[in-house]
Amino acid sequence: MTTTGTPVREPQGWRGVAAENRDDLPENVSLLLRTRSRRLLGDLLRPHKKAIALLVAIILVSNAAGLAIPYLVKVGIDSGIPPMLRGQGSGSLLTVVAVILTAALVQAFTRQVFLKLSGKIGQGILLELRRRVFDHFQRLSLSFHERYTSGRVISRLTSDVEAIAELLQSGFDSIVTAVLTLVGTAVLLIVLDVHLGLVALIPLPVLLLFTRWFRRESSLVYRRTREAVALVIVHFVESMTGIRAVQAFRREPRNQEIFEELNENYRLANRQSMRLVALFMPGVKLIGNVTVAAVLLYGGWLAFQDEVTVGVLAAFLLYLRQFYEPMQEISQFYNTLQSAGAALEKLSGVLEEEPEVAEPAQPVPLPRVAGEVRFEGVEFSYVKEMPILPRLDLVVPAGQTVAVVGATGAGKTTLAKLIARFYDPTAGRVLLDGVNLRDLDEEALRRAVVMVTQENFLFSGTVADNIRFGRPGASMAEVVAAAEAIGAHEFISGLPEGYETEVGKRGGRMSAGQRQLVAFARAFLADPAVLILDEATSSLDVPSERLVQRALRTILADRTALIIAHRLSTVEIAERVLVMEAGRIVEDGPPALLVAGSGRYAGLHRAWLESLA
Amino acid sequence: MFSASLWRLKSYLRPYAPRLVLIWLATIAGIAAGIAIPLVGREIIDGPIAHRDAGALLPLGLLALGLGVTEAFLTFVRRWSQTGPVLGLETAIRDDLYRHLQRLPMSFHNEWQSGQLLSRATTDLSAIRRFFGFGLLFLVMNILQLITVTVVLLQMYWPLGLLVAASSVPIVLVSLRFERRYIRISRLVQDQQGDLATLVEESALGIRTIRAFGRRRHVYDSYDGSATKVYDTSMDKVRLSSRFFTFLEVIPNVTLALVLLLGALAVGGGSLTLGTLVAFTTLMLSLVWPIASLGYILAMGQEAMTAADRVMEALDTEPGITGGAGGIDVPRGHLRFEGAGFRFPGAERPVLHDVWLDVRPGETVAVVGATGSGKTTLTALVPRLLDVTSGRVTIDGHDVRDLPLTELRSVVATAFEEPTLFSMSVRENLMLGRGDASEEEMEAAIEVAQAGFVHDLPWGLDTRIGEQGLSLSGGQRQRLALARAVLSKPRILVLDDTLSALDVETEALVEEALRQVLAEATGVVVAHRASTVLLADKVALLRDGTITHVGRHQDLLAEVPEYRELLAQDADLDQEGVLR
Repeated sequence: MTTTGTPVREPQGWRGVAAENRDDLPENVSLLLRTRSRRLLGDLLRPHKKAIALLVAIILVSNAAGLAIPYLVKVGIDSGIPPMLRGQGSGSLLTVVAVILTAALVQAFTRQVFLKLSGKIGQGILLELRRRVFDHFQRLSLSFHERYTSGRVISRLTSDVEAIAELLQSGFDSIVTAVLTLVGTAVLLIVLDVHLGLVALIPLPVLLLFTRWFRRESSLVYRRTREAVALVIVHFVESMTGIRAVQAFRREPRNQEIFEELNENYRLANRQSMRLVALFMPGVKLIGNVTVAAVLLYGGWLAFQDEVTVGVLAAFLLYLRQFYEPMQEISQFYNTLQSAGAALEKLSGVLEEEPEVAEPAQPVPLPRVAGEVRFEGVEFSYVKEMPILPRLDLVVPAGQTVAVVGATGAGKTTLAKLIARFYDPTAGRVLLDGVNLRDLDEEALRRAVVMVTQENFLFSGTVADNIRFGRPGASMAEVVAAAEAIGAHEFISGLPEGYETEVGKRGGRMSAGQRQLVAFARAFLADPAVLILDEATSSLDVPSERLVQRALRTILADRTALIIAHRLSTVEIAERVLVMEAGRIVEDGPPALLVAGSGRYAGLHRAWLESLA
Repeated sequence: MFSASLWRLKSYLRPYAPRLVLIWLATIAGIAAGIAIPLVGREIIDGPIAHRDAGALLPLGLLALGLGVTEAFLTFVRRWSQTGPVLGLETAIRDDLYRHLQRLPMSFHNEWQSGQLLSRATTDLSAIRRFFGFGLLFLVMNILQLITVTVVLLQMYWPLGLLVAASSVPIVLVSLRFERRYIRISRLVQDQQGDLATLVEESALGIRTIRAFGRRRHVYDSYDGSATKVYDTSMDKVRLSSRFFTFLEVIPNVTLALVLLLGALAVGGGSLTLGTLVAFTTLMLSLVWPIASLGYILAMGQEAMTAADRVMEALDTEPGITGGAGGIDVPRGHLRFEGAGFRFPGAERPVLHDVWLDVRPGETVAVVGATGSGKTTLTALVPRLLDVTSGRVTIDGHDVRDLPLTELRSVVATAFEEPTLFSMSVRENLMLGRGDASEEEMEAAIEVAQAGFVHDLPWGLDTRIGEQGLSLSGGQRQRLALARAVLSKPRILVLDDTLSALDVETEALVEEALRQVLAEATGVVVAHRASTVLLADKVALLRDGTITHVGRHQDLLAEVPEYRELLAQDADLDQEGVLR
């Protein structure tokens, strides 16, 4: 999947212009996609091979028993009634009735087993699919997530998985039953009476052509519906998550206008889809009813000539009923199948994404980490022509605290992300204690290197749970100690239930500063050899920042640290300062020395002192 | 069967009353035609065939054909006319739901996740649409067909008719019992899927945190636990419905066997003709589908009822914050907090209490306070994103609660610390608060916020940004949010720590430009840094939920130790020897 493409201008001007939607692919790729989806499907079905074989056997028995019943009615009428009329007793009638009862019970029993077994297989596949996709998303690199966006990740794991669930739960059952009924009935009609059977089956090609037309049309309509609903959903969700801005800026009327336009568009798409069904279903009914009339006429004439029995005629009428009923389900099934197919395509696409930051095949063990970080000829670029880091060599000895300063876009965060291996360098190597980061397994790397950023995500759960995220096994005492160390204990104790307070909707009720303190405590609890702080104190007020800095002095004493900050107050605790500009290190030295000089840092420092006034 | 919520939705169908009558007429006539066809079959067997009367065969056959075509046509009429009311209902409810949700206050949106609201606007409304478009009609049709056919059967030969009628008793009883259990288990599955979705959401939004701490396995385990729970409950549901659906199919088949037995005996005894027996069995079999689908339709109805309850729950929530009737002719922007206080519902301690503050027109006040002291809550009280729980806030002497909301919010504009951008063009994002802004005004606002980078985007101001478009850095987003607030030219401009993600140089440029904007408007600036405080004419110190000091920056610095501690960082750090 490529991210570049021709710009698509939307009919709705307010949406603006963006690169081509990655979810919609040109036709020539769709063949590849189908193979890919089929591979995934095969992969998911394989463990259930035996159960599926059993399922096929059961459903054959079940349908045979079901189809036999009208035939048995015919036998009952033709060979059960005449002996009674002749006064020869009801023996054969009783036998036929007993057989019908048996068939009904066999059908019921097998049907129940079928429903249970197919449900079990379906749910098993779903569970496996959920696990696989979730795990894969977690393995994919951050650059993938930045491209793909969280919204897509969420819809893959919710609506797409549900589309497949829908197919497995109802669609599968109905299509198998429908097809078997169709084929079984056709065969039986021919066997019962060739002439009448052929007359009854004449409309079949018409029916098939009609169904094909319907399938084509409905796939077009389906696409339109899907696009329309996607726009409704995006606009809805964004209005609700951004309701504060919506209300503060009186955006409601314009939003309502946009929403009603999108909703109307969705209605029109749905109307087209419903009208299509409104043509299809009566069409099937028409074909069925005409056939019944033809069978009555022709069959009546044949019976009149004594060429068929009344029983055969009765059986025909019964079978033709069964023949056309399942067509109802087929029209439903197409939609289910299409959405499941589209979902499968997207899911298989995700599963085929290779993590750009891959785990090594043979990881190098790293038993004790000293924390020396070394960049050797490192280059990095998101796009080839625009290098973020042109070429960088840097050694940070174990235990050193380094501050990185520079304007926005100078490459500070990229430097940090390379140490945390959120990305791999485009060229050169990043080494921890002399080992290439690419050769470390994830566990070992994350134990050694932890990065705290500006965005402090809090998971649902208690404050303690969130701190413990840094080290899941930590005791309550250790959690409290970590919070105390960075000065978060006081505010946490002041919360309604202290450490056991639920943080709520993404930490909603805590201020940005409080969330940052919790994130800090989490990082300290993790106790890494290398700690990276990327603008980690930007939301703190001065006293909290001071507390954190005081804590940092003790905490950073025996570990390597890289501190990125706009405010030079944070930088002051560093032993060494790197000034970056356009991806290069332009100044490097102890802060006192740099301040005294006449370089960029001295200038920045002066400007900062003035801003404090 | 009908829950009150579902019943209340009927008002949405009122405009379609004539069409609904047509639909029902077509439905009933269609059923009649459908039932008549097997009766024609009986006439053919008992008439022309039994009496060797070839002449009657053709007219009867043509009658069957006519009835068949009529039935198909009536089905078409029903389905085609249905689309209008059914989709009209769904679309109108969705529009109303959206309108209502936009009116509900922040306190509501803080409690409800947007995913929960979305499922009401999509999944639930679809369930309601499916029920009204398909389920309800089939339910009534099936019951109607059941009753009519049973009556016809009773008339044909009452002992067999009675047998068929009796066979429906166990079905109804089991259906009712099944329904109750099915609802319970369906809700459980829904809830568990909701939990699963929350985990998915967190794993996607918190991916950096998960990655930074290497907690992939930890997160996977909790997801796996929840997914397995969904699996277990779904299996219970499968087992339950497999038993029920099988039961629904076995009863008609057993009945058919008994009908054949007793019918054949009756034919033998001469009390029943052969044609009647054939028609009887055909009609009986025509009942299998309506009966078997009954469970499915009932489940659908159940789903629609739950859905209607959930939709109504949102629609019934009273918007706690509604506009007043008063008005200000020419707002000057005199903002006063008069003993204002705020307490979250159910919270023990108020976030704010006894806040007194007077900001004269054109004046700018900086609000300074420690983390969690209630600064953001204070600013939210002015445009009534939250309402005071005690005291009041006034603008030019009017209580903000007496002003129409649109008027109030055109007087006040806020730039938030965490800016919200929508998946729309840059232009549309900027014009959020003022749809009629001219290009010049837009340029000026961009200039003030130092947001000139928007011109370098691939399609300039037409570039789509936000989740579905180009992603921007935190600093860029903040500058856009600032430009948005400036563009709406408010009398009162609120800046809630809007500059925190900017680097020092950009911040200085923005502050310089902001000075001019603030000279013309009343300003409330939440500040952490001395540099931002200097934008203001005076400073209010917020402590423990109330304003303890108001004064000039230099005076407070000299006189108030807490203030010094909050803002004079370098001096203190030196004393403590943190700097070397």
